[in-house]
Amino acid sequence: MARTISYREAINEAIAQEMARDPAVIVMGEDNAGGAGGPGAEDAWGGVMGVTSGLYHRFPGRVLDTPISESAFIGAAIGAATRGMRPVAELMFVDFMGVCFDQIYNQAAKFRYMFGGNAVTPVVIRTMYGAGLRAAAQHSQALYPLFTHIPGLKVVLPSSPYEAKGLMTQAIRDDDPVVFFEHKAMYDTTGEVPEEPYTIPFGEAETAREGSDVTVVAFGGMVARALEAADALASSGIEAEVIDPRTTSPLDTETILESLAETGRLVVVDESTPRCSMAADVAALAAGEGFALLRAPVQQVTAPHTPVPFSAGLEDLYVPDAQRIANAAKAAVDWSR
Amino acid sequence: MTETIPTDASRGLDPDGLLRAYRTMRTIRDFEERVHDEFATGDIPGFVHLYAGEEASAAGVCQHLDERDTIASTHRGHGHCIAKGVDVTGMMAEIFGRATGVCKGKGGSMHIADLSRGMLGANGIVGGGPPLVCGTALAAKQQNTGGVAVAFFGDGASNQGTTLESMNLASVWNLPAIFVAENNGYAEATASTWSVAADNIADRAAGFGMPGVIVDGFDFFAVHEAAGEAVERARAGGGPTLIEMKLTRYFGHFEGDQQTYRGDEVRNARETLDCLTRFRRRVVETGELTAERLDAVDREVAALVGGSVERARAAPAPDGADLLTDVYVRYE
Amino acid sequence: MADERIQRVTMPKWGLSMTSGTVTDWVAAEGEEVAKGADLAEIDTDKIVGTLEAAGDGVLRRVVVAAGSAAPVGATIAVIAPPEVPDAEVDAVVDAERARLAAGAAEAEQGPAAADVAVGGRSVAYASLGAGDGDPVLLVHGFGGDKNSWLFVQEPLAADRRVIAVDLPGHGASGKDVGGGSLDELAAVLTGFLDAMGIERAHVVGHSLGGAVAVAAAARAPERVRSLTLVAPAGVGTQINADFLRGFAAADTRKGLKPHLASLFADSAQVNRRLVDDLLRYKRIDGVRQALDTLLGTLLDGDGPALDIAPLIAGVGVPVAAVWGAQDAVLPVGNADALPPSVRTRRVAGAGHMAHMEAPAEVRAAVEEAIAAAG
Repeated sequence: MARTISYREAINEAIAQEMARDPAVIVMGEDNAGGAGGPGAEDAWGGVMGVTSGLYHRFPGRVLDTPISESAFIGAAIGAATRGMRPVAELMFVDFMGVCFDQIYNQAAKFRYMFGGNAVTPVVIRTMYGAGLRAAAQHSQALYPLFTHIPGLKVVLPSSPYEAKGLMTQAIRDDDPVVFFEHKAMYDTTGEVPEEPYTIPFGEAETAREGSDVTVVAFGGMVARALEAADALASSGIEAEVIDPRTTSPLDTETILESLAETGRLVVVDESTPRCSMAADVAALAAGEGFALLRAPVQQVTAPHTPVPFSAGLEDLYVPDAQRIANAAKAAVDWSR
Repeated sequence: MTETIPTDASRGLDPDGLLRAYRTMRTIRDFEERVHDEFATGDIPGFVHLYAGEEASAAGVCQHLDERDTIASTHRGHGHCIAKGVDVTGMMAEIFGRATGVCKGKGGSMHIADLSRGMLGANGIVGGGPPLVCGTALAAKQQNTGGVAVAFFGDGASNQGTTLESMNLASVWNLPAIFVAENNGYAEATASTWSVAADNIADRAAGFGMPGVIVDGFDFFAVHEAAGEAVERARAGGGPTLIEMKLTRYFGHFEGDQQTYRGDEVRNARETLDCLTRFRRRVVETGELTAERLDAVDREVAALVGGSVERARAAPAPDGADLLTDVYVRYE
Repeated sequence: MADERIQRVTMPKWGLSMTSGTVTDWVAAEGEEVAKGADLAEIDTDKIVGTLEAAGDGVLRRVVVAAGSAAPVGATIAVIAPPEVPDAEVDAVVDAERARLAAGAAEAEQGPAAADVAVGGRSVAYASLGAGDGDPVLLVHGFGGDKNSWLFVQEPLAADRRVIAVDLPGHGASGKDVGGGSLDELAAVLTGFLDAMGIERAHVVGHSLGGAVAVAAAARAPERVRSLTLVAPAGVGTQINADFLRGFAAADTRKGLKPHLASLFADSAQVNRRLVDDLLRYKRIDGVRQALDTLLGTLLDGDGPALDIAPLIAGVGVPVAAVWGAQDAVLPVGNADALPPSVRTRRVAGAGHMAHMEAPAEVRAAVEEAIAAAG
C-alpha cells in the first residue's frame, strides 16, 4: 500500500528496510545516532536533519557515530565496502567534500578500473545539497556536477519521496560507489510512497510532465520548480515537457533527445553554478547529438557564477525559480514560433 | 610511552617460518633490483618507487597475517604486495603494463593491488591507505572474522590529516588496525627529521590513545616480534597500535632520482644493516638454517623473478577495447 | 434553486489516482439529444482515454469544459436538460458552475475507497464503490494488472450496487507472495476474500487470468458465485501469446515494457507514458518479479496454455457471459470458440485484450446481462 510520507521518511524507510534485509548494510556518519559518549539520550539526533532517526536502536551495533573526521570515516566506509559490507555513510553537507574528496574520487571511484575489474565497492555516500535554508556559502552548494565528472561514481538526485526511497534502495543494492544527493529544502515535502521495498533503476529519466512545445530538463530540487513553471506556461498556451533525469551519472540522454525530437526546444534547469554544470553538459548533448532537432538556442537556467549568498533576498535571487524557468521556456518558444 | 624493541629479541619461528621470511625478503630484493635494471632499459612505462632495503618491514609484519587480514600500501608498494602473497609474475606483468598483469595493465606500479589477497593497493595518494584500513578493520570487526588490517605508510604520510584522523578513528572505534610507519628518512626529497615535528612518528601514538613502538626496520626479528604483539592485541579486541620502522630505502624516491639530497646512509646501510645479510648470518650461526638451503632459495627466487620478466616482456598489451571496461560493475 | 431537470455532467473519477481529466473530444454536440448510455465525450485520464456516457436522457444543452481543456474530478463539464427547460435557467447553472470552476471549488467526487483485508495470512487490497441491496459485483483483474484496470467499468456499475475491485496476490497493493501460484490457490484467495469481507455471494467478473480464477472459484464454491462475466479469460482455447507474457514479466525498463503494453490494446496509442510508469512502479516492488514468474508457470506449458477451464465453465451452473476483443493479441478471439455454447459471447471489434478498457460499455452490458440472468 502506498501512503503519504516525507522525503526524509522515505530515505529512512529505504535504509531501514535494506538493513533488515541485508546484515551487510551499516550506517555511519557524524551524529547519525547522536549522543555518543554523552550523559544524555542515545540516538539523540538521527543525523543533523534526523534522516537516520530510530535506526540506532532498531539495528544495534550497525549505526556508527563518527568523530568529525570525514576523510577517515568516508574512507572507512569505502574500505569496508571492499570487504563485503554495504556501508551507507553520511557526508553531512556536500560542501564538506573538500576535506574528504580524495577518498571518494581517487579511491572508491577508481578501484574497479585501476585494479583491472577485480574490485567491487558498494558504498553509498549520502549528502545534503542545495540552497534555501539561509545557510550561505559553505552549507548550500549544489556540487553534484563535480561528482558527475568522475568516472566510477554514480550520482543520484531524487526529486520526490517516491524517488528518494526507490533510488536509495537501488543505491544500497548497487555494487558501485553511489553519491546520493538529498536536497536539504525537500526533507519535509510529502508524496505517495509504497510501503514495500522497491527499486528505481539508475539512468532512466522520469517524464514528470508531458508536453509538446518545449523540453525542460530539471535536476533534483529544480524538478518541482520546473513543474510549477510548466503549470504557469500552460495557462499561456505553452505545453512544457518536464524531464527529471533522476541520476546525472549515468545520464539518460536518450529520453532527453527523444523529447527534444518532439519539441525542438530545450531548457535545462540546474541549481549549480553555470560553468561545467549539468546545464552545460545537457546543452552540449543537444548541440552535439541533437543539433538538427533544435529549433531555438538551448536555454540554461542556473545559479549565477557566485558563492551562495546569506541574506534572504540575495539567496532567493540566486536559486532559479519558476518565473525564470518560464521566461526561458517562452524565449525558446518565441524564437521559433 | 614509546618503547624500543631490542634487535636480539626472541624469535618464536620454526625453520619453515624462517625460510618463508627469507624467501619473502629475497623475492622482494630480487624483484626490486630487477625492476631497477629493467626500468633503465626504458621498457617500463611511468614511475616506479622501489622498496629495496625495507624488506624486513613488509616481511616481518605480513608473516603474521592470513586470508582474513588486509593491508594498504604506499607508492612504494611492491614489497607489501609480495609479502601479502600477490603473484610475482602477475606483478611484473602489471609493472610492464601488460594485459596479463594483476590489474590487467590498468593500474601499474603505483596502483598495484590484489583484493583477493587482502592487498588493497599501492596508493598514488600519500595517506590514501589509512582510512581504507579503518574500513577493512571495521568489516572484520562487524563480521567477527578475527581479521586485522594493516596500514603501511611513510614518514611523508605521517604528516597527512588522513593518517592522523584514521589513527583517532581506529582508537575511537577500537578497531583491529595496525599503523606501520615506514620511516625511511625522506618524503620524496625532504628529510623526515625536518618534516616530522615530533622526535619520532611513534611518539604520536600517545595522542591517539594507542601504544607506539619504535623498531629497527632492518631487523626482521625485531619487526616480527613487535608486529606479533600488535596483531595479537588487535585480534583479541585490544585495539590499534602504531609501529614506527626506522629504515632506509636503497634507491631514490623514484627511479631516475639523482638523490643529491642524501648523504652516505645507503652505503652504510647496505654494508652494516642490510636485513638479508643480517638474517642470513644469524640463522646460519644458530644452526637453524644452512647456507645451502638459503642458497637454494636464492636460486628459486632468481628463477622466479627472471621468469616473470621474460613472461612480462612476451605478454600482450591490453586490447584497445579494455580502455572502456571496468569503470562500473553495472553501467545502468 | 435550479430546475431539478437540469443534470450536471461531471468529470468522472476513473481510478484511485485520478484527480483531474482532460476532455479530448465532445462526441455529442451542443443541442444534440442524448439517451442514457450514449457516448458524450472522450476524457483523457492521464493514463488512458475513456468515453464518458450520458447518465440520463435529455439534450446536451451546454458544454462547460471545452475540448482540449482539463477539469478536476467532480467539476461540471456539461449540462443536460430536457428541451423545455428555458435557456436562461440552463445558463444560470452554467454560469454558476463556470464561476466555481474558475474559483477552483469543484466538489471532490466520491471515488473508490481503497483498503485491505487479511486472507489466510496474506494482505489483499481492494477498492469498493457504491452500495445497494443486490449481491455485490467482484472485479478480478488479469496477469500483471490490478484493481485500477476496471476504472471505466467500476464506477458506472456502482450506480445501484456495491462493486469491489480486488488485487490478486502478487499484484497491485496486495501482498506479493503468491505461494505456488496455482489456479486453485488463487481461487481459494478469492473465496477467502469473500469470507473476510462478509460477502455471502457475488457476481464475479474476471479478466484474462482473473477470468480463470473466477471460474475456478465458482467451481470450488458454487454457492458463493451468482454469475460470471469473463473478459478474454485465460484457460479457454489453445492460443496464447507466450512471448508477450514472458516479455511482460521480464521487462524492467520503460523501453523494454512499452512495446509489450502496445500488444494489450487494439489501439496502441492508448498506451501513454503514465500507464507505462505506473506499471513500472508496480514491477519494481520487491517480490513482483518472482510472483509474475511463478504465475507464468500457471499460465504456460511451454509456449502453449497450461490451463483448460472450459470443462469447469460447462459445469458451474450459473449464468456466464463473455466479452472478447476481436483484436486480442494475447489470447486471440478464436479461443472464444472453445467456450460452451451456453455462454453468450460478445466479440468486440476495435478492442484488444483489454476489452474492459477499450470497450467498457460492452463489458458493462455483459455484466448487467449476467446479473439479470441470475435473477
